[in-house]
Amino acid sequence: MLLLPAAAGLVVFEIWPTFQTIYYSFTSWGAFGGHTWSGLENYRTLIADSDVVHAVINTAIITAITLLAVPISAVVAALLSLPGMRGVTIYRTLYFLPVVTLPAAVALTWKWLFNGDYGLVNWLLSKVGIDGPHWLSDPATAIFAISIVGVWGSIGYNMVIFLSGIRGIPVDYYEAAELDGAGRVKQFFHVTVPLLTPSIFFVTVITVINALQAFDLVYLMVGQQSPAIQRTETLVYLFYQRGFAEHDGGYAAAIGVLLLLATLILTAAQFRLQRRWVHYG
Amino acid sequence: MADPIRRRRVRHPVAHLVLCIGAVFMVGPFLWQLSTSLQTFGESVSVPPTFLPHSPQWSNVTTVFSALPFGHQLLNTTAMTIARTVGQVLFSSLAGFAFARMQFRGRGVLFGVFLSVTMVPYQVFLLPQYQIMQKLGLLNTLVALFLPGMFSAFGTFLMRQFFLQLPQEIEEAARIDGANILQIYWRIMLPMSAPGMIALGVLVIIWSWNDLLWPLVVNSDPRQMPVSAGLASLQGQYTTNFPVLMAGSLLASLPVIIVFIVFQRHLMSGIAFSGVKG
Repeated sequence: MLLLPAAAGLVVFEIWPTFQTIYYSFTSWGAFGGHTWSGLENYRTLIADSDVVHAVINTAIITAITLLAVPISAVVAALLSLPGMRGVTIYRTLYFLPVVTLPAAVALTWKWLFNGDYGLVNWLLSKVGIDGPHWLSDPATAIFAISIVGVWGSIGYNMVIFLSGIRGIPVDYYEAAELDGAGRVKQFFHVTVPLLTPSIFFVTVITVINALQAFDLVYLMVGQQSPAIQRTETLVYLFYQRGFAEHDGGYAAAIGVLLLLATLILTAAQFRLQRRWVHYG
Repeated sequence: MADPIRRRRVRHPVAHLVLCIGAVFMVGPFLWQLSTSLQTFGESVSVPPTFLPHSPQWSNVTTVFSALPFGHQLLNTTAMTIARTVGQVLFSSLAGFAFARMQFRGRGVLFGVFLSVTMVPYQVFLLPQYQIMQKLGLLNTLVALFLPGMFSAFGTFLMRQFFLQLPQEIEEAARIDGANILQIYWRIMLPMSAPGMIALGVLVIIWSWNDLLWPLVVNSDPRQMPVSAGLASLQGQYTTNFPVLMAGSLLASLPVIIVFIVFQRHLMSGIAFSGVKG
């Protein structure tokens, strides 16, 4: 009885829709509603669709760059965990701020920072003699600008996971390392990093899954009219565009299924690989 | 901790230097947003850039309110956030309690189903959810914004973990005293799980406030949009007027930043808790 509200809600809004989406991915949608069975047609289109290929490559690039946040966050967490370190709460708050901030606001703020003519980024670059590009409309640079925002936005979350991971490392390990004459840097690489591998692994998987879901930044910072859209569009962006702007529900559903498969494979890989290289202290 | 001499000795100047440089990168965009939001358009496009506005332009804020039904949108976001949060916390707590503390047939299988749902990316639900809203005639209503977001498999999982941590003895004592399962839940377990509920609540507040994709899909009428979608449309109107865009961004993100600062401790422990459990 206690389960009923949650279970009913999930069946209606999540479980049944999952099967419906899978079914829709095998249908073709008419312009005036209604859909007919079309077998694998959507998937055949999907494989040949250059936008999908772009989206997969773009997602891979965004993921790779956003992963830079992992080592950065590990260092930040290690510094914050030094014995007797002060101001930890303040640093933690400041570093976490981007995580909770409205992505729409984040996108507009960074769009302004990356503005080609009056943006702060290009002004700072001009101080060191670099003539900055029009970051977001230049197809060559837009994806890097977006990924930098991704790094900025994920450091705080990773840091919190790492802080709690480091708290779980027994102090004896550090004392023993210190007796052996290991300095702070050596301790970081030989004690913290190996014993933090479960957290590092978790954070890596979360980063990849989040990057796979990237939408807000592309939608708000680049957008359909931009010449850089092909070089920045992601799977979810394409899903939204096809499904809701162009009302091609069947094709959007196929993209959704692709997303689902990618996520499931990643989750499965997480469990497999975890056993192989993660140390449990 | 209690040793002031030791504390004065260990200072880590290099660590502070590195962390401060990092903090500039993290907080700089917010300061720039604040500064620009109070500048005139002329100041915002001057070279070199204006760091401090000559006199604060509060009119940027009024422009946001006249360009958009911004007040409405703030109310929409607030209502959507409250409804989703109350729903998720209440339903997750009930279901989490059932999974953690009750014996019934099919519990393992059912929990497995809940767990698998947490792995499905939410875009997969969007098309059918949109159709449900359409069939119910709820498109462009407040209800559409929050209804599907009131249920959460993740929340159920999180609450179950919290209930599992609570000591069994109190519950048994209550049972011996003749309390039934609902009384045990309501009088004993619910108050004891308050930290878990707050942690989940803050997470849901942040997710709901920040949600963009679902509102874009269901509500295209500006008066029925939340601020996230409103900002997106403001961008269409004021493409290059960054002082106005920054004022809107600041106003739209401030409430949830305040919630974060107030409930910081709960949020961090909630993230660490769900994170460590994976």
